[in-house]
Amino acid sequence: MEFLLEPLEYEFFRHGLLAALMVGALCGLIGVYVILRGMSYVGHGLSHAAFGGAVVGFTLNFNFYAGAGAMGLLAALLINRITRNGKIKSDAAIGIVTTAMFALGVVIISQVRTFTQSFEAALFGNILGITGEDLLVIGLVTASTMVAMFFMYRPLLFLTFDNEAARVFGIRTGIVQLMFSLLLTLSIIASMNVVGVTMIAATLIAPAVTARMMTDSFSRMLIYSTVIGAITGVAGMYLSYIFNAASGATIVLFGALLFCLSALVKLIREKFMLRVNLHRHGDLMHTHAHSEGHGTQNDKPERGKTNSGEPA
Amino acid sequence: MPNPDSFLDSAVNLSNVTAGYEHNVVFACLSLEIAVGQFAGIVGPTGCGKTTLLKTILGTHPVFSGNVLLNGYPVDRVPPGAIGYVPQLGSVDWSFPVTVEEVIMMGLYTNRRIWPWSSKEERERVHDLAHRLGIYDCLHHHIVHTSGGQRQRAFLARALISNPKLLVLDEPTSGVDIKTQHEVLHLLGDINNEGITILLTTHDLNAVASHLPWVICFNNGLVAQGKPRDIFTNEILTQTYGGDIVIVRHEGHFLIANNTPLHLTNGL
Repeated sequence: MEFLLEPLEYEFFRHGLLAALMVGALCGLIGVYVILRGMSYVGHGLSHAAFGGAVVGFTLNFNFYAGAGAMGLLAALLINRITRNGKIKSDAAIGIVTTAMFALGVVIISQVRTFTQSFEAALFGNILGITGEDLLVIGLVTASTMVAMFFMYRPLLFLTFDNEAARVFGIRTGIVQLMFSLLLTLSIIASMNVVGVTMIAATLIAPAVTARMMTDSFSRMLIYSTVIGAITGVAGMYLSYIFNAASGATIVLFGALLFCLSALVKLIREKFMLRVNLHRHGDLMHTHAHSEGHGTQNDKPERGKTNSGEPA
Repeated sequence: MPNPDSFLDSAVNLSNVTAGYEHNVVFACLSLEIAVGQFAGIVGPTGCGKTTLLKTILGTHPVFSGNVLLNGYPVDRVPPGAIGYVPQLGSVDWSFPVTVEEVIMMGLYTNRRIWPWSSKEERERVHDLAHRLGIYDCLHHHIVHTSGGQRQRAFLARALISNPKLLVLDEPTSGVDIKTQHEVLHLLGDINNEGITILLTTHDLNAVASHLPWVICFNNGLVAQGKPRDIFTNEILTQTYGGDIVIVRHEGHFLIANNTPLHLTNGL
C-alpha cells in the first residue's frame, strides 16, 4: 500500500491522477462511438485542429480553451459537411481539414517569434503541470458529456448502427450528430493537456477496442470501456511515477498492453471453444443424429462460420 | 401543410418528382400513387433507379423538384414511427455489438422515452413480436450469430414494433435461400392482411409473380404498374429490362426467364 499512498503526498500527482482518471473514463466512453462509426482517427485529427486553434487564439490574446474549442468545433462541422453526401469518406475529410488547421498553427508559430507560451504541453501532454483551472474544465466536460451521453443513448445508438434507418424512423439525426460532434470536440480539448495531441487517438481507441474484445453487447461495451479507460489513466499515472517515465506515453502504453492481453484471452477462449465444439460435433456424428437444441436447418449459422460466428 | 384527410386513399403519393445525383437526373417528372393497404413490388434492372426511388419515398434522398406525400404528410413531416423500414441486409454492419433484442428495440427509440434502459412494456412488446416472427429463441444472440432468415425477421420486427402504417423493404429477398424467401414473402402477405401498406424492391420476378398482388415496373421512370398477370407480358418486361424475356404460364402461375443466349449477354 505504501507505493500507492506515497505519491499522493504531492499535489501535482493528486491533480494528475484525478485528471487521468476523468480523461480516461471520458475518452473510454466517447471512444466506443468513435470506433463503431469507423472514425478512429477523428481524435487524432481534431486534436491537431484544436492545436492550430490554440495557437491562433494565443496570437489574438484568447484563452487556450477558447481558441482550441472554436477551431476544433469548426473542424468537426466541416468534416460532417464534407462527408454528408458520401462522395468523400471521413478519413479523407479528417486528413485534409484537420491537417490544414494544424499547419496554420505551425505557420503562425514559425512567423510570430515572440511567443511566451510553450505549446509542447499541448503536443506531448503535461499531466504533471495540470492546474486547478485545467481540473475544473476537465471535470465540467466529463460530467456534462456523461450526462448528455446518458440521455442521448437511444438516438445515438440507433444513428451509430444504422444512420439511414434512424432518419426514416424519425430520429433527428442532424441534431444528434451535431451534439455528438460538440461533445467529442470538447472531450478532445479537455484531454489535450493530459495526454497530448500526438497520443490522444490511442486514449480514445484503446479502451473501446479492448472492451469490444470482451463483449458483444453495446451497453456493456460502454460500461467496460469507461471503466477500462479510468483504470488505464490511474495505472498509467502510478507506473509513470514508479518508472519515472513520461505520464501521457505511459498511459497510452498501459492501454495498449490491456488491449494485447484482451486479444490474447479472446484468442485462447476461441481456440478452446472451437475444440469443444469439434469434440461435441464428433460425438454427435458418431452417436446420434442432430436433434433438439440445435434448431432447424434454417436456423443454423451461415456456411463457412463457426457457432461463434467467426470464419471457419 | 396539406390536409391528411384528402390523401387518405394513398399511402405513397409522388407528384412530378425529379431526383438524381449532382447533375445527373435518375428519373424526371415521376408521378406515382400507391393505395393504402397495397402490397407492391418495384422491379427493374440494376442501375434503373429503384434504390433512388425508394430513398426518395423514404425522404433520405433530396429531390430536385416535385412533392412526396406519405399517408398525406409531406415526407419530412411524417410522425415518428409511422414508416417501418427494412434495409438491404448487405448494408448492415454485422460486427456491430448488438443483440437481436437490441436491434428490435431500436424501432421504439422514437417514443420520446429518455432513459437508456427499456421499460417492462417495451420488453413485452419486443418479446411478443419476436414470438410471432419465430425469433424469440435468438433474442439474446449477437446479430452475426443468426441465420439469414432470422436476420431478415429481426429487421422486420424492428420495422413493425412501432405499428407503422407503411412498411418499406429494400431487396428483402436477396441473400437468402429460396425457402426463406418464400417464408419472408408469406409473412409479409400476412402483415399486409392486417392493413399495413407494403412496398418493396426486388430482382426476383418469379417471387413477385407468385406472392405480390401489385407490381411496378421501373426503369429510370415508370414503365407500367398493375397486377402481375396484366403486367408480366413480353412487351412490358422487354421495355423494362431491354432483353428478350420468356414468360411461361401454367395453371395461373408464371415462370419468367431471360431468353437472351449467354454468348450474346457476355459479349462472346
